[in-house]
Formats: sequence, C-alpha cells, structure tokens
Amino acid sequence: MHIPFISALRDYLQGDGRVILPEIELTLFGLGILLIDFTLGVKERYWNAGLALMGTIFSAYTVWRLRIPVSVNGSQYGFQESVIIDPFFLFFAALFLAATALVILLSVKFLEIEQEQEGEYYALLLFACVGMMFMASGYDLIVMFLGLETMALSFYVLTGFLRREKRSNEASLKYVLLGAFSSGILAYGFSILYGLTGSTSISRIAFALNPGSRLASMVAQSQEPGASGAMMREYLAQAYPAALHLDPYLLTHQLPVLAAAAFVLVAVGMFFKVAAVPFHQWAPDVYEGAPTPVTIFVSVASKTASFALLLRLFIFVFGSTQVTWMYLVAGIAIASLTWGNLAALTQTNVKRLLAYSSISHVGYVLLALVAWDEKTGTLSDTAKTGIAYYLFAYLFMTAGAFAILIVLRQKGLIGEELEDLNGLYQRSPSAAVLLLIFMLSLAGIPPTAGFMGKYFIFLSLIETHHPVLAVFAVLYIVPALYYYFRIVVHAWLEAPGEAPRPVMSSAQAVALAVTVFVTLAAGLYPEPFTRFAQYAFGR
Amino acid sequence: MDFFANHILSAVLFTPLVGAILLLFIPREWELAHKIGGNIFGVLGFLVSIPLVRWWNHGAGKFSFEENVAWIPSIGARYHLGIDGISLLLVMLTTLLGMIAILSSWSAIHQRTKEYYILLLLLQTGMMGVFVALDFFLFYVFWEVMLVPMYFLIGVWGSDRRLYAAIKFFLYTLAGSVVMLLAILALYFYAPVAPGATRTFDVPTLLAAAQNFSDPLKVWLFWGFFFAFAIKVPMFPFHTWLPDAHTEAPTAGSVILAGVLLKMGTYGFIRFSLPLLPADPAMRSNIIKIVILLSLIGIVYGALVCLMQKDMKRLIAYSSVSHLGFCTLGIFALTPNGLAGSVLQQINHGISTGALFLIVGVLYERRHTRLISEFGGLATPMPNFAAVYLIISLSSLGMPLLNGFIGEFTILQGAFQVSKAWAAWGTLGVILGAAYLLWLYQRVMFGTVTQPANEHLPDLNLREMATLLPLVFMAFWIGIYPKPFFALIEKPVQKIVEQVNPNFYQMERAKLAPAEVPAASVTAEPK
Repeated sequence: MHIPFISALRDYLQGDGRVILPEIELTLFGLGILLIDFTLGVKERYWNAGLALMGTIFSAYTVWRLRIPVSVNGSQYGFQESVIIDPFFLFFAALFLAATALVILLSVKFLEIEQEQEGEYYALLLFACVGMMFMASGYDLIVMFLGLETMALSFYVLTGFLRREKRSNEASLKYVLLGAFSSGILAYGFSILYGLTGSTSISRIAFALNPGSRLASMVAQSQEPGASGAMMREYLAQAYPAALHLDPYLLTHQLPVLAAAAFVLVAVGMFFKVAAVPFHQWAPDVYEGAPTPVTIFVSVASKTASFALLLRLFIFVFGSTQVTWMYLVAGIAIASLTWGNLAALTQTNVKRLLAYSSISHVGYVLLALVAWDEKTGTLSDTAKTGIAYYLFAYLFMTAGAFAILIVLRQKGLIGEELEDLNGLYQRSPSAAVLLLIFMLSLAGIPPTAGFMGKYFIFLSLIETHHPVLAVFAVLYIVPALYYYFRIVVHAWLEAPGEAPRPVMSSAQAVALAVTVFVTLAAGLYPEPFTRFAQYAFGR
Repeated sequence: MDFFANHILSAVLFTPLVGAILLLFIPREWELAHKIGGNIFGVLGFLVSIPLVRWWNHGAGKFSFEENVAWIPSIGARYHLGIDGISLLLVMLTTLLGMIAILSSWSAIHQRTKEYYILLLLLQTGMMGVFVALDFFLFYVFWEVMLVPMYFLIGVWGSDRRLYAAIKFFLYTLAGSVVMLLAILALYFYAPVAPGATRTFDVPTLLAAAQNFSDPLKVWLFWGFFFAFAIKVPMFPFHTWLPDAHTEAPTAGSVILAGVLLKMGTYGFIRFSLPLLPADPAMRSNIIKIVILLSLIGIVYGALVCLMQKDMKRLIAYSSVSHLGFCTLGIFALTPNGLAGSVLQQINHGISTGALFLIVGVLYERRHTRLISEFGGLATPMPNFAAVYLIISLSSLGMPLLNGFIGEFTILQGAFQVSKAWAAWGTLGVILGAAYLLWLYQRVMFGTVTQPANEHLPDLNLREMATLLPLVFMAFWIGIYPKPFFALIEKPVQKIVEQVNPNFYQMERAKLAPAEVPAASVTAEPK
C-alpha cells in the first residue's frame, strides 16, 4: 500500500533522518510530555517522568543499534556532512542518555518535595539531551552551535525552575548572562574560522588550518591561467568549492595569526562552558542555586557535552597546531587544578564544595590534552582512553555524590550544608557507605572508577614526557582527599543532630545502585570499561 | 585439596575479607556475635596461613605459591601473587598479629563493634595484599586500599585528637604513594616491550628490565619510590605522623600499625628500591649516604625523644622510629648480614612493639590514662603483668637470648662490614634504647604504689595472657634458635645482594682462605 506521507517518512528515516533518529525520538517524547501534562492530575505527575525515562530508553536502544552500521561501514554522515555518527558520538550519546536517565530517576521525589512537578521539567531535560547529542554529532560549526544553544537554553530554565526560591532565580540569571556572553565569544571564534576558510564544515576547516595540507599553494595554483590551473580549479570545485574564492595571500601570511585568534576565542568560549579557571565563576553559584538534580545535570552532562565539543574542535580542527596551544591548555589545566582544589578546602556547602572539586576534575581532563604523541602527531592513545574514561567515571561518581544529597533532601531539611550530613552514618548506614565510596572515587583512591581515570591521564603524561605536569597532577590528589574527607568526617565521625532519618524512594535507590555499581565495577574490573573508553576514539 | 593448595595465597589473602563480608549481615545490636565472628576469622586467618610454612620449599629460592591470572588485559595488569622467604615471614607476622589484635579488642571496644571488626579484617586483607602482590598495579591498589580502614580505626575509635591524627596519617601516606604511582607508571612505560605486545606490570619482569635503564632514570625512579616507603617506615624527617597516629589509635590499631603497617615501607625498600639503585658508584654512594644518614639520625633522635616522653604510647611510638632506623640501616648497608638482620629485626619489632602496645592497652583499659606519672609500683598488684612486661622490654632493647638482640646484632655486624662509624652510631641507639625502656619500666613498675587507684589493679586475665604469651614465646624462639628464620631469609637476601652489590661476595672471598669460602657464594660465582 502506498501512502505518500508514510513512504516519504520511510525514505527520510533511511536517508538523512537515520543519523538523527535518537534525537528525533527524544524530541517526540519531550513534546509528548508537554501534551499529556495538561491532562494529568497532581497525583499522576509521575507519568511525565515515566515517559521521559521511556524516551531515553528508546533513544539509547537506537544508539545501540547505530553501532552496527558504524562498525560495518565506518562513520555515517547526514545532511551534507553536517552531522556525523561515529564511535565518538555513540560513546558520548550513551553518556548523555545515562546522565539524563539518572537525573530523571532522581528528580521525581525531589520535585514532589519542592512542589514543582510540572511536565516542562522533564521535557526540558530531554531537549537539553537532544542539544548535547547534537554537540557530539555536529560536524559543522552551525550544528554544533545550535546543539550548544539548545542545551544551554534548556539549562537556563531548568536552573531557575524553583520559582519561589531566590537562590534558584539568582543562579539562573547568572547562568544566562555568563552563558550568553561565552556563547557570543564562541560564535565570534566560529565566525573567524568561517571567514578564514569559507566553510563551516569541520573537515574543510581542519584541512585549511593544517599547514601540511598546503591549501595556500593549491589556491594560488588554481588562480593561475593555463592547464594546471584549470585542473586544480576543477579539483577544488569538487573537493572544496569555497576555496576558489579564498585569497592565497591571506592563507600564506595571515592564516597562523588568525587561526590563533580563532583558537583563543573558541577556547575561551569552551572553557566557560566546562568551567575551567579563570572562567569558572558561574559554576559554584549555579551549582548551589539550581535544584540538585539539575546540578547533577549541569555538572556531569553539560560538562561532558562541552568536552565532546571541545575535543572535536581541539583534536580535529586545531589538532595540527597543537604545539602552539599546548602551553595555553596546560596553564589553564594547572590553574583549574590549583584554584579548584584550594577553593574547595574552605567550603561549607557541599554543593559548592563539589562545584569547586568539579573544576579541578576539568583540570585533569584538560591536562590529558597536553599529552600529544609526537610520532603520530595526534593525541596519544592513552590520553584518548584517559579522557573518555575520566568523563565516564566522573559522570557516575559525581551523580552518585549529588544523589546522596538528594536523598537527604526531606520536607523541612535542605541537607546541603556540611552540618546537615552530621551523623549520617547513624541515620542511614547505607547512604554513608555509598557516600564514602563516591568520595574515594572522586579523590582517586583505588579500586574505584575515579582512580582508573586518573591512572590513564597520569600515564599519558609520563608517556609524552611531561613529568613535571604529572607530579603537579598527582600531588593535587592530597588536598582533594582532604576536602572530600571533610564530607566523610561529617557523615561518619560527627554525632547526629536532630535531623530525621532520610527515606530513599525506589527511583532514588535504583539511581544510587547504578552509580555505585559502575563506580566500583569500573575500579575492580576495569577491562570492559576500558574497552568502552577506547571505543570512543575508534580503537 | 589440590584447589586449596594451588590457591593458598588467595585463601590467606581473602579469608579476612570473607569474614568482613559475613559480619556485614549480622545486625548492629548483636555485639557478642560481632566479637565472636571477628575472632573466628582472626584465628581462621592465622590457621589458613600455617600451610604456607608447612609446604615451604627451601630449595626453590624464588617466588612460591604463585598465582597468575589476567585481570585487566588491555593495560597488562594481572592478578599475580607469590611470596619468597621475606614476604613469607611478613605474611605470617600479619596473620599472627591480626589474630592477636582482634582478640585484644574484646573488652576495649564497646561502640560500633560491627564496623570495628569489619574494618580490622579489611585492613588485614589490604596489608597482606601488599606483601603478596607481584604485580605493580595490584600492589598499588592494596597499598592505597589499606589506608581507608586504618583511617576509620583511628578516626572512630581513637582518643581525643583522633580526627587530626587520622587525617594526618592518611594525607602523609597518600602524598608519598601518589608519587610512587608516577614512579610505577614510569617503570611501566620505560621497560622495553615487544612491538605489538601489551606492556606489563609484572614485578619481576619490570625490576629485571630496570637493570638496563640509564642511571639518571634509575635515580629518579629510586626517589619516586623512596618517599612512599620513607613515609611509611617512617624515616627521620617524615616521621611526624607516626606519634600522633600511634597515640590516638585504639590498642589493636597501634599493634597493627606498628607491627605490620610500618613493615610495608621496609618491605618496599627491599623489594623495589634496592633493584633501582644506580650502577654508577658515585651516584649510588650518594644515595646510600643520604639514606644511611637519615637512618642513623632516626635511630639516635628517636631514642633521645623517647627519653622525654610523658605518655607511654607516644614513647613506644618514638621507639619505633628508632628501631625502624636499624632496619633501614641494615637494608642500605647492602650486605647479606645487614639485610638478613633487617628482615629479622622487622619481625622482631612487630613482636616486641606489638606486645608493648598490648601492654599499654592493658594499663589503659584499667586506668584510662597513658601518662607515665599516673603509674608506679605496679609490680606489687600485678606480678604476672610485671614478668611479661619485663621480658618484652628486654626483648625490645636487645637483651641476648631474646629476639631483639639477634636482629640488632646482625644488622650492626652487617653495617660494621661497610663502615665502623655507622655501627658505632647504631650501637649508641642500642644503649639509649636500653635506657628509655628500662627507665620506663622502672617508673611504671618498681617502687611503692604511688597512686591509690593503682593499689588493687587486677592482674592479667586469661584473654590478655592469650594475646601476650604467643609473642613472648616468639621472642624466646627467635632469641634462642633463630636458624629456621635465617634459613627462610638467606636465599632471597643472597639473591638481592648478588644483584645490587655484586662486589660484596668477591671482596669477602678475597679476605678468606679458599677453604672457608661460604657455600652460598660459591654457587653465586659466575661460570
């Protein structure tokens, strides 16, 4: 039977639509939530969460299925090579979906207590996830930027979701202002890249920026009269039409300077998004003010997504000029490690403390970008595994740590100050044990996921002959352990106050079980997780 | 039975862990059940380790009871266990002291008993793992894992300044071990590997490969490992965590801390640091000089500080600094006598100092104070206690016929072969050791009873006897007939000296008439 609409849809889904199917599914579920939300009574609002969870599961299944064509035929492109499906995307999409699912599970009871059970919340979570997936799959500056903005806009609203709470509003406003500012800087960097290369496609920009590809001489040749010029014109019209209009003088003499300017602008924008020092000021306020499940989402998912974008840009686009920006990234990394760790020492609010600690985690991941393999002229394999493993471990251990705070949030108790944790061990031994495991993992004590992530990063620094950076990086484990154990001391060694016993909902229990399982399993038997991390960069 | 025989090290290693997991399922209120369960697994841990001695093959001279299974193939980390004579002794010391420490806590711990026994058992597994691991990755995991239960033992059940002491212990040790992690990674990376093959963390392979490294690299690696071990031992400038941790820890914690935990440092020196000494004589003698100097300072300084202490536990803690100085002196003398003596002295220190902490624990349980001035004339109300305490004091200060003498004498003999000055300073430490231990004994035990509260202190009960007598027995055994112990140490020590100080045997042979050449060094001769 031939129904025009259905067959057009089928054609679309077998063509370009195929590469954005996971995002389409999430969007549909998000819209579905917005639709049914009106019909639900107050007691039935959990359907929203259920539907959102279903969306992530569907999308995850699609992502899982996409690995087959990728492994058989290599990377899949769509929409004139502006969206790419490669192992890198599949890895990060899996992380985003896992984070979204965890946040959904942890949100149900929290929103009930806050009495803000609107369906938009879950729809926004899914839309943010769509944005993140486009950040990872974008192979074109426009798609990347759209993904970034989709994510960021959803986050601005989510951060201010507790309308009656002053801190939430303040955090949201700060986030909007600084986020818009950083997006502007990033867009400026993108515009220079476009002006320089005449293209928004990642592969062409990378080609143009790479001194080894000799684009300047090709363009110069194409503008010569004669047979060789015509041949080159023909070739460029096929491979890189925009190059026909480029100025060879600009490419030979101005390219390094302008590329450096573009890099700096892009880097600043990205450092804002991942909250690296000195562009981190928004992070503690937003973490503290946002509803705790959103804090998880901001700290793990948005950071991971920004890293996906950052890696794509730094490795694929600016990779050929790594020598020049290596010191900048190393400096930012050391600054993040130093300031993140030192500022965390004195915090009394657990969310702020974890915010500063997450800044130091950014420092570790950025350090891995310094580990450039001189022989192959690209990021060393260990560093790639390290970055992927670290982000993976970071997602689960940070989500777990915040999840404990969410469990603590009861009617009449915020549970975010260090004092609120006092005597957690007497009140809920299992929560205290879990908290200890997450803190050990965050600090990087074996046998936990956090240690394995650090292991790969330290090894990559040793391999690429950066012993001084490695020493810096390992020594910062010591202050880190100190402030993580301030949390442990309050939970385990201080006498309990008046606070009630926390009661865990079953959704929270599932989320905690998953996070603690991954945190421990990725430390005790890291083999499958290592392979997963290696898969991200196509090994 | 075959399965057990093939996996005996795993069995020894994980018996306490199994106990800890089982204890997890006992409800929190059943205090007695925790105590009984903890003790059963303490004793079981010791019993399981006895076959190690029974089945020991003296002829082998290399690692025995090896187990080698893939663990993380993608990075080349394996679950590789194995022990030689040195680690056998340390494992036996661990299981023995573990059992005793658990028994000694019966009446001392009343709050959170469940967690207490779980942590003690976990600690046991962690420490043992350090001694039996033959894979650097596995070794590091155990090395770090063990910090967590110790932190809680001090932090929860310690005395007044427990939080400070616990975190100080944790941070100090961690600072050393993260640097060691880098050294391990460098060793892992710089060891040559066949193209296409994965790198390995295998300890024997890497240490053999390290022999071909350039000297500057070896020096870097040596210092990388050095800080971790020096902090653990602890050597002189890195020792400040030790008095705090020992003083604040509960009795069982101090026993384990002094008895076993410090040995992880000396064990690391013997197993990992010595093979990394550079071959160049000038570089090597620089390193040796620094380490020996620190050891000698530790010996004398530790002893002098002991004379000043008002708190019994603090005094014994500082005596550990002094005694462990002997151990490092013996190790870095690089002579067979020095090394063998050092290993034996580690065991001796575990026995004597472990017992001394038990003795302080006995007094603390009765009077809830550790101040020396609170006691005096205790020999009258507690005659059995006085006898045991005297034997242990004498063993600790190196009285002939008791264990301390054998160890210290052998170390000093080994040091004397290299430098008379080293031996002289070491001897000063022995003299000072006699001074502070006997003076302590005199102040606490002799004379008339000074405090009315002490007049009717009960003597040792059966359980306390049961904790102390095995140690007294061991003290006499090593003191009178140390041959079986030296027999265990001889082969591995000889192997190490051949590797790191090959000149030694040649020089020794030159001094002796041909007929008197020791049998051991004949086999060592290159063909």
